[in-house]
Amino acid sequence: MYRSAIYDEPLLIELESKIKDIPEKVLPLSLQRKEKANIPDLDETQIVRHFLRLSQMNYGIESGIYPLGSCTMKYNPKICEEIAKWDCFAMTHPCQDESTIQGNLQILYELEQMLCEITGMHSFTLQPAAGAQGEFTGLLLAKTYHDFNKDFNRNEIILPDTSHGTNPASATMAGYKIIEIPSTKEGTVDLEILEKTLSEKTACFMLTNPNTLGIFEFDILKISKMVHAKGALLYYDGANINAIMGKARPGDMGFDIVHLNLHKTFSTPHGGGGPGAGPIGVKKKFERFLPIPRIVKKNDKYHFNYDHESIGKVKAYYGNFSVLLKAYIYILLMGNNGLKETSEVAVLNSNYMKKKIVDSKKYKLPYKDLRKHEFVISCEHLRQERGIRALDVAKRLLDYGLHPPTIYFPLIVKEALMIEPTESESKKNLDKYVETLIKIAEEDKETVKNAPNNTSVKRVDEADAVKNPILTWKSLQRYK
Amino acid sequence: MKFIPNSTIKNSMLKEIGITDIDSLFSDIPKKIRIKNLNLQDGLSQQEVEVWLRKLGEKNKSFCEMPNFLGGGIKIHYIPAAVKSIISRSEFYTSYTPYQPEASQGFLQAMFEYQSMIAEITGMDIANASVYDGATALGEAALMCTRINKRKTFVVATNISWDKRCVLKNYTKGAGIKVKEISYNNKTGKIDLDNLKRNIDHDTAGVYIENPNFFGVFEDKVEEICTIIKEKQSLFVVGVDPISLGIAKGPGEYGADIVIGEGRNLGNPVDFGGSTLGIFTCRNEFLRQVPGRIIGITQDKEGKRAFCMTLQTREQHIRRGKATSNICTNEGLCALAAVAYLSLLGSNGLEQLSKINFEKGQLLAKKITSLNGYEKVFNGVHFNEFVIKCPDTQQLNKKLISENIHGGLILESLYPKLKNCMLFGITEMHNNESIEKLVSVLKEVE
Repeated sequence: MYRSAIYDEPLLIELESKIKDIPEKVLPLSLQRKEKANIPDLDETQIVRHFLRLSQMNYGIESGIYPLGSCTMKYNPKICEEIAKWDCFAMTHPCQDESTIQGNLQILYELEQMLCEITGMHSFTLQPAAGAQGEFTGLLLAKTYHDFNKDFNRNEIILPDTSHGTNPASATMAGYKIIEIPSTKEGTVDLEILEKTLSEKTACFMLTNPNTLGIFEFDILKISKMVHAKGALLYYDGANINAIMGKARPGDMGFDIVHLNLHKTFSTPHGGGGPGAGPIGVKKKFERFLPIPRIVKKNDKYHFNYDHESIGKVKAYYGNFSVLLKAYIYILLMGNNGLKETSEVAVLNSNYMKKKIVDSKKYKLPYKDLRKHEFVISCEHLRQERGIRALDVAKRLLDYGLHPPTIYFPLIVKEALMIEPTESESKKNLDKYVETLIKIAEEDKETVKNAPNNTSVKRVDEADAVKNPILTWKSLQRYK
Repeated sequence: MKFIPNSTIKNSMLKEIGITDIDSLFSDIPKKIRIKNLNLQDGLSQQEVEVWLRKLGEKNKSFCEMPNFLGGGIKIHYIPAAVKSIISRSEFYTSYTPYQPEASQGFLQAMFEYQSMIAEITGMDIANASVYDGATALGEAALMCTRINKRKTFVVATNISWDKRCVLKNYTKGAGIKVKEISYNNKTGKIDLDNLKRNIDHDTAGVYIENPNFFGVFEDKVEEICTIIKEKQSLFVVGVDPISLGIAKGPGEYGADIVIGEGRNLGNPVDFGGSTLGIFTCRNEFLRQVPGRIIGITQDKEGKRAFCMTLQTREQHIRRGKATSNICTNEGLCALAAVAYLSLLGSNGLEQLSKINFEKGQLLAKKITSLNGYEKVFNGVHFNEFVIKCPDTQQLNKKLISENIHGGLILESLYPKLKNCMLFGITEMHNNESIEKLVSVLKEVE
């Protein structure tokens, strides 16, 4: 039986609270702080124990399977972590003279080349800090490109109703109007509707391929032709590229701008929310607009080049270097054969699980059969028949020590469970997960609705947190 | 393959699902675009990778081999071993965004404590669980100002870094916000109050000042600045170096509406400029306009205290195109390092650290300006960075590197007016030996 650690771990402030402690006067009066910050002065033992206990009340990929759809939670090789901590990398300053950071520049330069090869693009920038920032950067590039061509009326972004939430949010931030189009009965882009929606106002069509249902857009070449015929651009959301490495490349499919999530496919750990890296790859005609600085190689030396007509910067310095470094190491470890096998087994594991679940007849699989690295099942019938919702299934999985899939996404599937096992899990783990899902569908309603019970807290009341926001120690004390 | 457990049983698994070969799993990809291989070498062993990375590492000169005195916001600080140990717990670093609170109480509580400590040091009501970095925090702050008061101009002085201004322009373009840059006072390095007054009107959504600013100078006329801004009902945005907040006023004390900053200095390695940590805080009344994740306290169904992400209807995964920001992945682990670091320092430790940084900043400036040919450019009070006019920065830079020591940041390409000027930075990491060495080389180039 699975049991998570349960501690009534106090907040640090509850161990010792300082009130009105006055700091020594160091600065001129107009600048001098009047009161010390209310941060307790505890000993190292207490603090280390505090965080250790907190860590034990947290679930990571090293705790067990973590099949969050579209999040690609795979094992992170330890060697990447270790090397990234070396002083020769971690203790280098971004403004050092170029002659003293040739190693870093070479890594970034070579990583760009590798990503170009994997995606079939012409050039890459490593600056964006995450996928969403990559999207934003890509859309700024699109805008700059259209403006450069005096094509000033393209203010619309088209995206399918299966797209990630960041896609429309990034489009809004870049100043575009969003047009969402419905998918076909097969769960793919509806070519007729797309054709009708495309116009001389379309800046970009944003697409994930395979899409968030795990279905490969078979008509991608037709889509590309249609989009380009209208003078619009094709944008690739690379969150799902773990499905096709060494099998197909967005560049060959006709995509103009591509982002990758290195903290997903290229195995840099997600860190409880970040840091990530969301590099952007582009076809040749967009290279001139990429963020500065570019890294160039000349006579076997690497240099920063600030001197081109770029969109400027989207983040300070050169991106999240420590994340980029881990991805570089991962790609070296995997190589051509390893990356190809990664996608093969990610897709194999996904189809294997999907088959077992469909065969059990306990959950429904909407849309087409063959999936790539992820698949979406529905428990709408459980809701209708017994009032058990996707959320309940997810919470009950926690009782068995298994992390739930992504739920309620994509929005077009009712009571959706979106499962992405990745290549990291053994057949035994996949079998256990499937068996547990089947078992939960057969359990009595109360047990499932009351889950979880084996976790450090019981089901959390998220609505109450919104009604009455307590976001800091200060507000907690006031509330009390 | 070592990281792919089912590598050896692919065929039997294929059989179980009624498929004969791997290729049929990819039959939905049009033949025309299917590829056989990537033009990359095959995977290396861990040992080979380590040897290669050592070779690349040797082409760098880290702070350990070549101390640098680079200013410009990001500096090297000491990281207690316990911080590294805490963030190395893989339950933390291999977890995803805490969508399932029951399985993420540890990280959620740590983020709540991070928000609390950031609110404490800045003197603000609330903080979010991080944005990407100080520069994007500025972009997000400008957008937030416009969401709040619907005005379309944002004012910054040129005594903040070029990088930040560049990011700001990109972030605000889409919303149609005009960024107005105003010049700083040449003598003090601070904002020119008359100039500020002239450039604020009823279309000014917000004004950003940095304390200490890019030149290391404290803006001490903050109360006056606040009054000027509030007279026009604009919003007051302040950027901080959190290391200064052990001795310097938190901007909450002087009327700031939004406080941001680069938080990487708190317990994170300098890492060639990334990973970074964007601090983002504001006053309570603006809570619903905040970008990014926020962690709150609630209870479980038995009434036990619990933590969860809250006010998620602001965010892209719920609100899509109408979200307050597109940010999804943030800088969680860097925020964890920051909360561990602040815990270990405590309020007394933070005060001491601030003091050491301030005093070292004064000491180095004094030593350098006592040399012939070196003078301080701005007379405002500085923290641990300051601008010095040197005899010849290019020659000096070369000489210093040949002596295995790295000087300050050369400012000329960013500020043509500041010809032959260097921005020096110093922290608790610089010992007497490296300070003496720097000064003696500077002396040779007098």
